[in-house]
Amino acid sequence: MNFPILSFTIFIPLLAGLLILCYPRDRVTWPRVTAVAAAALTFLLTILVYVNYDIAQGGYQFIEKVPWMPIWDISYHVGVDGISAPLLLMAGVVLFCGSAVSWNVSDRPREFYAFLMFLGTSVLGVFASLDLFQLFFFFELAIFPKYLMIVIWGSPKTREYGAMKLTLYLFIGSVFALIGVLAIVFLSGANTFDLLLLEKAGFDTAFQQLWFPFVFFGFAVLAAIFPVHSWAPDGHVAAPTAVSMMLAGVEMKVGAFAALRVGIMLLPEGARVWAPLILALATINVVYGALIALVQTDFKYVIGFSSVSHMGLVMIGFATLNRDGLLGSGLQMFSHGVMTALFFSVVGMVYDRAHTRDIPQLGGLFQKMPAAAVAFIVAGLVSMGMPGFSGFIAEFPIFMGAWQVAPIVAIIAVLGVLITAGYIFLVIRRVFFGDLRPELAHVSDVSLLDKISMGILVVLMIALGVFPSLMYPMIQSGVNYILALVGGA
Amino acid sequence: METPIFTPSMVLAILPEICLIILAGLVLMADLLFRHRKERDLGLLTFAGLAITAGINLIYARPGLVPDLAFGGMLRLDWATYVFRTIFLVGAAISVLFTLDGEKRIRGGAFYLLLIIATIGMNLMAAAADLILLYLAIETTSIPLYVLSGALVKDPKSTEAGIKYMLFGAFTSAIMLYGFSLLYGFTGTTQLYALKDLLDAGQFSIFALAAVAMLVLVGFAFKISAVPFHFWAPDVYEGAPTPVAGYLSTASKAAGFAVLLRFLNVVFPDLYPSWVLVALLSVGSMIFGNVLALTQRNIKRLLAYSSIAQAGYMLIGVATATELGNTAAIFYLMSYLVTNLAAFGIVLIIGRTLGSDEIADYAGLSRRSPGLALALLVALLSLGGVPPFAGFIGKLFVFAAAVQANMIWLALIGIINSIIALYYYLVVLKVVWLNRSDHEQEAMPVTRPWALAVVVCVAGMLLLGTLFSPWYQWAMQAATAF
Repeated sequence: MNFPILSFTIFIPLLAGLLILCYPRDRVTWPRVTAVAAAALTFLLTILVYVNYDIAQGGYQFIEKVPWMPIWDISYHVGVDGISAPLLLMAGVVLFCGSAVSWNVSDRPREFYAFLMFLGTSVLGVFASLDLFQLFFFFELAIFPKYLMIVIWGSPKTREYGAMKLTLYLFIGSVFALIGVLAIVFLSGANTFDLLLLEKAGFDTAFQQLWFPFVFFGFAVLAAIFPVHSWAPDGHVAAPTAVSMMLAGVEMKVGAFAALRVGIMLLPEGARVWAPLILALATINVVYGALIALVQTDFKYVIGFSSVSHMGLVMIGFATLNRDGLLGSGLQMFSHGVMTALFFSVVGMVYDRAHTRDIPQLGGLFQKMPAAAVAFIVAGLVSMGMPGFSGFIAEFPIFMGAWQVAPIVAIIAVLGVLITAGYIFLVIRRVFFGDLRPELAHVSDVSLLDKISMGILVVLMIALGVFPSLMYPMIQSGVNYILALVGGA
Repeated sequence: METPIFTPSMVLAILPEICLIILAGLVLMADLLFRHRKERDLGLLTFAGLAITAGINLIYARPGLVPDLAFGGMLRLDWATYVFRTIFLVGAAISVLFTLDGEKRIRGGAFYLLLIIATIGMNLMAAAADLILLYLAIETTSIPLYVLSGALVKDPKSTEAGIKYMLFGAFTSAIMLYGFSLLYGFTGTTQLYALKDLLDAGQFSIFALAAVAMLVLVGFAFKISAVPFHFWAPDVYEGAPTPVAGYLSTASKAAGFAVLLRFLNVVFPDLYPSWVLVALLSVGSMIFGNVLALTQRNIKRLLAYSSIAQAGYMLIGVATATELGNTAAIFYLMSYLVTNLAAFGIVLIIGRTLGSDEIADYAGLSRRSPGLALALLVALLSLGGVPPFAGFIGKLFVFAAAVQANMIWLALIGIINSIIALYYYLVVLKVVWLNRSDHEQEAMPVTRPWALAVVVCVAGMLLLGTLFSPWYQWAMQAATAF
């Protein structure tokens, strides 16, 4: 295909962001219209990429390559495979919905939308990277939009703490990943940043075992792996709605994806040695995250910890290094991204109207905002892995994969899902049902734009749950490619 | 020895310096002849002259494939000279832009004259291939800078800065000169390019050579404000006129690196202790600079400590003693030039309106002047090493050099430091973007020269941060030319 669709996908948000910064200060509607339009266009392009990906052929497609720094063999090199195409789609939809539900941001909207767009470019760029330098470049590009957006538009009580904690945790992770990346390129003697070449480089085993933890755990900080998970709930809670959606929905997948692509795919021997540790930590993620979520009284913290718990499942899938586990992880990354974006958008809508996130002070909101309540219930059902929803088709293979390598992990992880069901039902009952408190009598229903964006997310999750074949074969082709590298079954 | 016959290539070798001397004369004459004219015009003349010189340097003073030792081996026209000259001239031109519309008292003919002379000195530092010229060049640079730091004669802080800078400078320069004299005593030559062979032939003990290297490094470490020769930096940056502080922290530091790189690579390429010393300087500068920056409340002092730390990152590149390391250090200098000039320039612009350099007074800036706030964001993030800005690429290159040279420990120290550094840059940004103030509705005037300078710097940061390949090649050609 000659049309550079991936470049357009990546750079439309960036250009929109730059354009928005040039608008006059007093135009408050221009930025949001531009941003939503640009995000819609990006979403459309990601759909096109997804639909046009040739599953039969597999491998990397829509490849574009332009030399960036020939001396070091760095190039602008993009392309998607069966794992990244769904993630690109997920990033597109979350970016669009995030922009749409932020329609009412009135404090410095120019900067808000511009930074949101920069964040979009960052995540899309990582998913489409076939060059290690470029991947890292886009990965780090997200630092300042995240920090500033949380600090400026976040919830007043915790934003300074949450933003700084998140930024430093992620920066620490990424600089260790950087050392690993540099080692892969320079110490191994490969002297190229081209991921396609590095995948075939075949580093020696000791080298892989030494450097795997640097890149894997460095990137996995962004996927909130235990014990460096605590930035996630604090950061998500402090962030404004759109950023929570992007952070929990997309950014955490960016971390997991980078850990997969650079850690597991480049250093499979290292992965094999370190897999038991990852498995153990990720299992803690699942159970610990769910248990903490159970006792939270802040509506947003419940969802924040549920993300920690669910990302643990993704990591378990990675660490199994077998077909079922990786397949499940691929699906779970997509499913969780969509689900948690929906969760956070509903939480944001509730908070905007009720002005509190304290669960005991909420109740009966189903009467006031039925659409949001239904959307939240759907996301909840996905979250607990109910058949018919995308969560089931994602989590089931993970448990199957885990059973093959370590049955105890599968058993404990299933326990985590039971706890998930517990806190989800609890929170649904306490927030949306019961008697409507008099203080909440003024609460209004959500806007049409909100309904549209929630609708898109809900439809995606149900469609995937009912017709897994929409995504199954594609991820399967991506997993085949990984297995060829890892050399597993 | 036969007197060298005059050749056109000798003119070419010092073409930018000739232009600068003409410019200095013009500024002096204009100052005398047009007393009644506005002093701003002198600044514009200086800027135009520096810009033209930079252009002439880029086009006509480009070195050939073979390095040219001119004036009986006094100076050497090679790619390193060329690249560093460009850095100095661009730095000087941008600094002059920031002096326009700045403090009244610093805009005299003498001010611009001294700035031009300091630039000549730096050019010669980069070109010097002889101990005598090297020393003269360092002093030609330093003495005008002492005066420039104290240019605000009615401000005790500025005067103190000038004196302090001079005392430290004289002290370290004396130690360095002692080192030079020992080198001459060992070998009987002052020519840098002859020294190495003679030192090798003399079979001196490694301790003697290490001692000499240490003495010489003292002088260079002072110029680049590396720990433990950094004590002048915070006070001088705080007291000196802000454009001078920006100039000191970028061009003057780059000049220090120019001589450091040439000296180490030409005279002591195989002397292991000298590289260890550089590594120690690097570690000390990074740790002290960053840790002390954490507690600063004054933005100029914060930038001073950050600039000490930045010298430490550049020294990582030097300490690796590889071609990649030198290249990385030079690239870092280029990126640091535009970044720190922008930072100091923005501090100047804000300080002119606020009348304060306290970080707390920066509250509400993003509402008051969104453009300046964005420019400050870019500059501080570039210093912090965040893409897509120049500083990220600079850091990436030096860390890559350390990893490639198997000095992972040094890369790790650098990386831990860059985490600390990001923290205090973010704190400033937090004040700018989050905190409120009562003056948010008041205008913050940005004159045209300032706007031009800031835009040039921001464009430079984005350019070096995204299309870095051509600049890397420049740096590489410079690094291989020593």
